[in-house]
Amino acid sequence: MTLRIPRRGMAQALALIVILMIDRLVSPQFFNLHLQDGRLFGSVIDVLNRGTPVALLSLGMVLVIATGGIDLSVGAVMAIAGATAASLADTHSLPVVIASALAVGLACGLWNGILVAVLRIQPIVATLILMVAGRGIAQLITEGRIVTFTSPDLVWMGNGAVLGLPTPVVIALGMLLLTAAVVRGTALGLLIEATGGNARASELSGVGTRAMILSVYVWCGLCASLAGVIAAADIMGADANNAGLWLELDAILAVVIGGTSLFGGRFSLVLAVAGALIIQAMNTGILLSGYPPELNLLVKAVVVLAVLLAQSPRLGDLSRFTARWRRTK
Amino acid sequence: MKASTSVAITAVVLVAGFALCALQFPNIASTRVVANLLTDNAFLGIVAAGMTFVIISGGIDLSVGSVIGFTTVFTALAVERWGIPPFAAFALVLVLCALFGAAMGAVIHVFELPPFIVTLAGMFLARGVSFLLSTESIPITAPIYSAVSDFAIKLPGGGRLTAIAIAMLVILVLCALLLHLTRFGANVYALGGSRAATALMGIPVGPMTIRIYMLSSVLAGLAGIVFSFYTAAGYSLSAVGVELDTIAAVVIGGTLLTGGQGSVIGTFLGVLIQGMIQTYINFDGTLSSWWTKIATGVLLFVFIALQQGLMALARRSSLKPAGTRPVAAKPAGAPT
Repeated sequence: MTLRIPRRGMAQALALIVILMIDRLVSPQFFNLHLQDGRLFGSVIDVLNRGTPVALLSLGMVLVIATGGIDLSVGAVMAIAGATAASLADTHSLPVVIASALAVGLACGLWNGILVAVLRIQPIVATLILMVAGRGIAQLITEGRIVTFTSPDLVWMGNGAVLGLPTPVVIALGMLLLTAAVVRGTALGLLIEATGGNARASELSGVGTRAMILSVYVWCGLCASLAGVIAAADIMGADANNAGLWLELDAILAVVIGGTSLFGGRFSLVLAVAGALIIQAMNTGILLSGYPPELNLLVKAVVVLAVLLAQSPRLGDLSRFTARWRRTK
Repeated sequence: MKASTSVAITAVVLVAGFALCALQFPNIASTRVVANLLTDNAFLGIVAAGMTFVIISGGIDLSVGSVIGFTTVFTALAVERWGIPPFAAFALVLVLCALFGAAMGAVIHVFELPPFIVTLAGMFLARGVSFLLSTESIPITAPIYSAVSDFAIKLPGGGRLTAIAIAMLVILVLCALLLHLTRFGANVYALGGSRAATALMGIPVGPMTIRIYMLSSVLAGLAGIVFSFYTAAGYSLSAVGVELDTIAAVVIGGTLLTGGQGSVIGTFLGVLIQGMIQTYINFDGTLSSWWTKIATGVLLFVFIALQQGLMALARRSSLKPAGTRPVAAKPAGAPT
């Protein structure tokens, strides 16, 4: 009997382990954990905590990409939701604050979804509109200032702990389970993949492709607004200029590292979150190693290229070709 | 015919917008303001011309902002720290940009990867390299810089047509000639229309892709040089987010993001519209600069919706054979 290794997810798991080992090398106390005030502290917990916004974004982004689309506006939606939450925080109760921030994210997602599914505008262009205008809208909400708040409830969302784990990590875990239950517990995931694989064929075989596309953008907006609330709660304020800046790129990167094809048609939620953790583990590693953080972008570029080349349809042909060449020799 | 309609609409929007601005602030209608508008948007015009080629060919280039940042830092370091004469530094940085663009084009073609994600990697790479070169703003004091910024053609009414504005206009004219009058330009349109058909016609798709991205990166490099003249400094964080402004200008100028249709003159008008919004906000004084972003977003939406509407209209009229009664559209394969 041979030991069967699951092919999918192997590369990501290996990459995460290798990066964590490198982190351990540059910082010997990397895996140390200690409990303080009912919350665990340590570099690993830090990776999980800092990785939360990108992990949440990638949960929505992975579904959008599975339909063959892309959502460039998630960073701007984060800024809008963060601005909404921060400006309501000190005058309203936590449920109202979160509900209104999520409602804003829902509206943004609906706008994107209508542009893509109903008006049939290319996803890159459709979401570019909100990406450009979104930060302006966020500035409008904060009136150009950095809005700070002191509401302990909202601060708990970013800095509190549940059973020793930081609240953001618990929220992200909950969202992962919820998304997985909704998408993989039912046929929805299959229908989303069918839409991304061949929208026309799915439409003809009775899949409501419009509803599928609309709902994935709404879900993406929702996840982005939750990430925005957490980011605002983390720094106890909303900075419309910088909240979620360039995070859309990190989220897309996380999804791509997670093995989801940018052409749509298949996806994995867990691997996308693993992708987000890989990115964060790299960032933390570079910070801990004392190298200038400017290296971050370079490392990211190299990783994107490596993952892209590994996914390239051409490279598959190449490996088949060399295998044949070796056989004939 | 259709392409000229979109450009005409953009031109009407620009003229109407300018007239409205001039009604409210009569001072806007002066050569001084218009010349400043050209100077302030010189680098944007140059980089948008390159983006026009890429988008017409059906691609996209997200790396241009980072390439501008890299060029300013590299030029400043080369001139100020390494003692390379300015023109040699310009040539060197343009060669580097050309190699960078060619590499991106080659990866896109050889590995059949989406341009979006390849140029995204390029964006990280170029920005990362410029951070590594220097994270501080380096002032450039070479005599050529002050000579160029002093040079200007005096216009009637007090306007100064600066050297960098002239450079932009010349580059735009050259790009328009390249796109509309040469075989290279015709191939760019063909690529955007249908890649497979282009390959079957015997046009070398690979070398074309490489040349298009090379052109875009070289123009981004030129824009970076112009930007370094504009600010007389090199800074690794300069031109962050310019790729979005550029894409917006190209789309507002009537270029289809699906490829196959567009023009350099439209892009120029798109750049001017963005500059006009900025000028209006500066004149108003009470509006904050974030209104630029909202106005650009609204304009983007209007123009994309317009394009979508025009395309749907064109599709409907071409589906209807001459002399037949129009039949209500029925989804293909629906039960009869």
